[in-house]
Amino acid sequence: MAEKEKKGVKLEHISKIYKDPKTGRDFYAVKDADLEIKPGTFVTLLGPSGCGKTTTLRMIAGFESPDEGEIYLGGEPINELTPNKRDTAMVFQSYALLPHYNIFDNVAYGLKLRSLPKEEIVRKVTDILGLVGLEGMENRMTNQLSGGQQQRVALARALVLQPGVLLFDEPLSNLDAKLRVSMRTEIRRIQQEAGITAIYVTHDQSEAMAISDEIIIMERGVVAQIGSPTEVYYHPKSRFVADFIGEANFIDAKVLSGGERAQVEVLGEQLTVGNHTGLNAGDAAQLVIRPEAARLSDDGVLKGKVTLSTFMGSYQYYRIVLAGDEHEIQITDYNPIGRKTYQEGDDAALDFSAESVYIIPGTGAEAEE
Amino acid sequence: MTTSQSARLERKKLMGDPIMVTTIVVLITFLTLFILYPLAILLVDSFIRDGAPTFSIFSEILALGSFRTAITNTLKVGFLVGILSTLIGLLFAYVEVYVKLNTRFIGGIFKLVSMLPVVSPPFVLSLSVIMLFGRQGIITRYILGIYNNNVYGFWGITLVQTLTFFPVCYMMLKGLLKNIDPSLEEAARDMGASRMKVFQTVTLPLMLPGLGNAFLVTFIESIADFANPMIIGGSYDTLATTIYLRITGAYDKQGAAAMAVVLLCITLAMFAVQKYYLEAKSTATLSGKASRERMLISDKSVKYPLTILCALLALFVLLMYVCVPFGALFTTWGRNFNLTTKWFAQVFTRYKGFRVFRDSFVLSLISAPITALLSMIISYLVVKRKFKAKGFIEAVSMLAMAVPGTVLGVGYIRGFAGGVFRTGFLQSFYGTGAILVIVFIVRSLPTGTRSGISALRQIDKSIEESAYDMGANSFKVFMTVTLPLIKDSFLSGLVTSFVRSITAISAIILLVTPSYLLITVQINEFAEKGSYGLACAFATILIVITYGSVLLMNLIIKYFGTSRKVKGGEE
Ligand SMILES: Nc1ncnc2c1ncn2[C@@H]1O[C@H](COP(=O)(O)OP(=O)(O)OP(=O)(O)O)[C@@H](O)[C@H]1O
Ligand SMILES: [Mg+2]
Repeated sequence: MAEKEKKGVKLEHISKIYKDPKTGRDFYAVKDADLEIKPGTFVTLLGPSGCGKTTTLRMIAGFESPDEGEIYLGGEPINELTPNKRDTAMVFQSYALLPHYNIFDNVAYGLKLRSLPKEEIVRKVTDILGLVGLEGMENRMTNQLSGGQQQRVALARALVLQPGVLLFDEPLSNLDAKLRVSMRTEIRRIQQEAGITAIYVTHDQSEAMAISDEIIIMERGVVAQIGSPTEVYYHPKSRFVADFIGEANFIDAKVLSGGERAQVEVLGEQLTVGNHTGLNAGDAAQLVIRPEAARLSDDGVLKGKVTLSTFMGSYQYYRIVLAGDEHEIQITDYNPIGRKTYQEGDDAALDFSAESVYIIPGTGAEAEE
Repeated sequence: MTTSQSARLERKKLMGDPIMVTTIVVLITFLTLFILYPLAILLVDSFIRDGAPTFSIFSEILALGSFRTAITNTLKVGFLVGILSTLIGLLFAYVEVYVKLNTRFIGGIFKLVSMLPVVSPPFVLSLSVIMLFGRQGIITRYILGIYNNNVYGFWGITLVQTLTFFPVCYMMLKGLLKNIDPSLEEAARDMGASRMKVFQTVTLPLMLPGLGNAFLVTFIESIADFANPMIIGGSYDTLATTIYLRITGAYDKQGAAAMAVVLLCITLAMFAVQKYYLEAKSTATLSGKASRERMLISDKSVKYPLTILCALLALFVLLMYVCVPFGALFTTWGRNFNLTTKWFAQVFTRYKGFRVFRDSFVLSLISAPITALLSMIISYLVVKRKFKAKGFIEAVSMLAMAVPGTVLGVGYIRGFAGGVFRTGFLQSFYGTGAILVIVFIVRSLPTGTRSGISALRQIDKSIEESAYDMGANSFKVFMTVTLPLIKDSFLSGLVTSFVRSITAISAIILLVTPSYLLITVQINEFAEKGSYGLACAFATILIVITYGSVLLMNLIIKYFGTSRKVKGGEE
């Protein structure tokens, strides 16, 4: 059905300034966002609450105007276009179905505005309702649908217009956990089938990991990192990203020599670790250890004392305090059968390979500010 | 700083929407020309004489003993009416929300009371009070045997205004009481407080800003009221009647303008306090819904006295209304109680009844849809759109709420009798039906807008955004989404503004010319002359018309309204 050209989206140094209603002072809700979204890809805007995801999306849709920069859709600058003239379609968090219309009329709304012939409208609406699994429900009113079904109508209504880009603002947040998981797979399937460019806002990292070609992580209005799910998980560029995506332990480290594998000094020990951010000798750094990247063993470089040991079913959960460090490190040991189980108070050391841990810039003291 | 780009883009987007721009320009012109300009001209008039600024006009009117008395009279009445209406309103609200009412009859009484202010022409109660308690009053003369009771004056106005305005307080306070979380009071009860104590220490303090709000709203209404003091005031003049007499009796238009400015300042000051201080405060202390159902009081020692008190008051009000048709059916009120249709017949044979009703009806019928549509458009712009002039549009439409009809009337005389700024521009407009229609619209616009705004605030902003996003322009969004979603508010605005227009008098009486005969003006004339039979005959027909329209509205909303669907869920 994707006879239409897919469009890419480009944000060129986009900023949005709001007035804080309390203090009355201006602040950047989005600051200097510079990114390019390739045609036909599924891109997620991910970040904690208030980081500017919705604002970015609404600027693309045209509901807000950027204070700086230019937005391009399919190569055309669109800053001056009103939302109704932009080739975008949005799926709202609250679904925003038109409550006085039935399902058919909701989906047909945009087509009628484009004055398509009646038979074509009927055909398109029927096709799309089939695609989202709502065939036969044309005559229901919106309040006679479950949350998941309403979500599908909202999706169908946007898809039927074959927009250059499809925008989603936390579309699944009103659904229960189970439905969220199945709907996200479905959204991904439909996007692939329709071959449409999609920008998807969420603050749920597992959702982002599951459906995206590319994730854009935002922190307080600024783009922190752009990359594929594996990239952002395995090669975070900052402590914020490492912390936000999955779990991570951080230990201060000193870079002794740079290169693809760096030599670092951690808690008085010398280690060889990954260095994808290209830090050089003398830089302040932090060693990142994902809880599943290390195991406990009797002998290893970093030694400490176990402070908590809990059996969680699929894994054994440990906390350990390393000698010379006051922070607790979390370790999840999947598949502990056949290995020694440590108890609270036991001495143990961390065991990991050079490929599974890496350093990122910054110090722990900075991060705690 | 850098926000200039977004401002420029917003402007550009707005300009790309010609219908929206036109609408905004038309609205601003309308509001400026018909609300701001007449008020501004009053200021000009009262400070400029023969082209030079002066305070002499003010010092002249303030030197008038009658004007100074009118000020104190107005404030005295307003104060007492405010207090009494708030108290009675609180009583009714408390009984409805807190006390277990077990008969449908009592429930019906409450419904009736809430309905009355909507359908009642302003001076009906004055007529009935004169007929019941006046020199020829049925109650005073025939039941109590008092032959020289004087209802005219302070007590007459106070009684009538209290009975007219307390339902408004009742409705306001009912909403607030319903929002009090029952657990607050139950906690106090648990600690051993008596019911009276709970009322004094919990309920009352929570209600205080709301009570203040109700008091001020009534105070303003009372001060602005023209019809009742006119009929039952006797020689007790209030500001509104004094201004009217200044124009129609003393032909001193500049003096009247200065007096109108004084009246306007009083109402504006109170309105400012009410709107920006008390209203915010009363909703802030009592926001949100009560968490669960309240245990209703079924204690007989509380329930019976309170319910009986309310029932008596309500029946008394009802009696007043019943009195009006009888006033039209008795041969001579107070002397000859034989039933007759002669007054009704005279209305049509001798006093051009058909023309009177046609004129009133047609003018109100023209203004109602315009008002309803205009108030929905204003609400839409205010709630859903952002643009520079939005604050202006909202402020001026709300300002109109604080302008007494008499003030507006004087403003129109001064502003349009010689054309705009006495240039002759729009002069032909003066004295036509069009100016009456405009006055009707301006007088009903604030109520309609307020109802539209609160209806629209309930609607998720993204519903309209989604339509906009799918390609509809502002006009399409308004017609296909906004208006259908607030259809109920639109329909009730239609009827409310019709009823308000057909029962309006204060501004109109100053502007109407002999080419238009209006019902309210006729009633006022006959009541002034003491022809109560005719006044009652006109009033009866008017009540039937207004009551009929309200019934019709309820029917229409029942069958065509959408609110049930919009609220979703159960049907
Ligand atoms: N109209 C507005 N006026 C002033 N500040 C605003 C406005 N809209 C958003 N903000 C502020 O801008 C910042 C970014 O808001 P935004 O809605 O984009 O966050 P978000 O990333 O979508 O968060 P969430 O996950 O909670 O939806 C927040 O601090 C928010 O309070
Ligand atoms: Mg958001």
